[in-house]
Amino acid sequence: MSDDIYREIILDHYRNPRNKGKLPQADVSTHDSNPLCGDEIDIHLKVEQGKIKDIKFEGRGCAISQASASMLTEMVLDKPLTAVKDLAKDDILENIGLMNLGPARIKCALLSLKVLKMGMINYYIDKDPDSAKKIQDESKLY
Amino acid sequence: MLQESALDVFKIREDFPILKRKINGNKTLVYLDNAATTQKPISVINAIVDYYTNYNSNVHRAVHQMAEEATLAFEMTRQKVAKFINASSTDEIIFTRNATEAINLVSYSWGRSNINKNDKIVITEIEHHSNIVPWQILAQEKGAVVKYIRVNNDGYLDMTAYEEFIQSNKVKLVSISHMSNVLGTIVPIEKIINKAHSKGIPVLVDGAQSVPHMPIDVQRMNCDFMVFSAHKMLGPTGVGILYVKREILDKMKPFIGGGDMIKEVRKHDIRYNDLPYRFEGGTPNIADVIGFGSAIDYLNKIGMDKVREHEIDITSYAIKSIMDVRGVTVYGPSNPKHRGGVLSFNISDIHPHDLATIMNDHGVAIRSGHHCAQILMERLDVSATSRTSFYIYNTKEEVDIFIDALNQARRLFKI
Repeated sequence: MSDDIYREIILDHYRNPRNKGKLPQADVSTHDSNPLCGDEIDIHLKVEQGKIKDIKFEGRGCAISQASASMLTEMVLDKPLTAVKDLAKDDILENIGLMNLGPARIKCALLSLKVLKMGMINYYIDKDPDSAKKIQDESKLY
Repeated sequence: MLQESALDVFKIREDFPILKRKINGNKTLVYLDNAATTQKPISVINAIVDYYTNYNSNVHRAVHQMAEEATLAFEMTRQKVAKFINASSTDEIIFTRNATEAINLVSYSWGRSNINKNDKIVITEIEHHSNIVPWQILAQEKGAVVKYIRVNNDGYLDMTAYEEFIQSNKVKLVSISHMSNVLGTIVPIEKIINKAHSKGIPVLVDGAQSVPHMPIDVQRMNCDFMVFSAHKMLGPTGVGILYVKREILDKMKPFIGGGDMIKEVRKHDIRYNDLPYRFEGGTPNIADVIGFGSAIDYLNKIGMDKVREHEIDITSYAIKSIMDVRGVTVYGPSNPKHRGGVLSFNISDIHPHDLATIMNDHGVAIRSGHHCAQILMERLDVSATSRTSFYIYNTKEEVDIFIDALNQARRLFKI
């Protein structure tokens, strides 16, 4: 129910998003939207020695999609880029503390992960085309 | 509060079994998403069950008794539709899958024969995607241009801009929603059609939001094409209606080729069927067309003038009530006489999807999002709105429940 969804932490990340903005030196920038509700997310990545050195997101949409994006950036900053391929639905839902979202709203929560995975794959296609296919195949669905 | 002026709403509600269901375990359904689709009375559901139980067979071909019964029932709906919108003949009524397909039929058939390079198609910023995308596809294919009549901040069309647009002899079609599915704006359709006709330009009217909610007379309106959907007026999904004036329809090429739309097929030669069957290739949606006939009976029994009166009443009440909620922005004309039973709004920084989730806790079904009208969202400078939309079975008590839920959302978001 809504009392469980719209907790302080979700509203906080919605109204005071972390790592929100542009990233001029980004190695890769990726965009996607959710046609159902029009939520939009852009994720910019700066990668150094295989690690996510910096990450910024831009977007607009519901509290769940924007809070989830904000919390995701905190989760993966300074982590190896390859770790992104192992992230799955439950990791995100656990991260935002919303394990019981209905099917319509789960898409909101997972949009940022989808964009991040696309960004990771685009990064490898660009920088390391030989391993891009393998990374793509290994990347878990969300 | 319990006084319902135009309709006996509580009696009407008895005819809709779904209104008794619970949401979230124990909350009574408050269904305020009627612009998306309406609920179905038991008579419509029974008509479909009756067809499948007692006389299921294909139409227009076989001579056995059930086929005759099915054909009769199917064609009876065509007569009811023609009468409902006062078409001059059943030949002018074509069944499609939905209003979208009806517009596509016009764009593929009439459009491909009549729209050429540098021609202009005039639509508006309030259009549903179904009245934008087919014209963009056609324009891209032909090198034509889609022009948008602006909507002003109060939700009214810029009629001066419209009159300027149609001065161009390149304008070959005006295609326009009679009523906005987001703002509720009812456009001055007769004036628009008169102006276009004075320049010899035909007009398509998207009646998806208007035909279910007010009396419509296509001959008086003098539109050249009209489209609408059965499922937004108590009927089943899967049935759309295309009305086309006889003299235009006579010259139109078929859209979907196949069975039922032909008279004779030779190896290198085809003779097409008479109107309106020429435009209904393949087995139609027989059961749902028959169901739609019952929906029209139901609306006729109430009276479309009464439907409209009820909606003005409940919309006025809803606008008045929502204006008292802190942080609310309402879109569209403030005068209920200029709008249908659709109310779009936003509240502070609560995203419509979050609001819809909270509403659902209270059993209240509203729509949230861009409502397939992204051009209008851009114009309003919002990514989405929340929308409540009313029909014959909605009560002022339901509006009160909706307002309570809205206040609950406000508290949850600490506004």
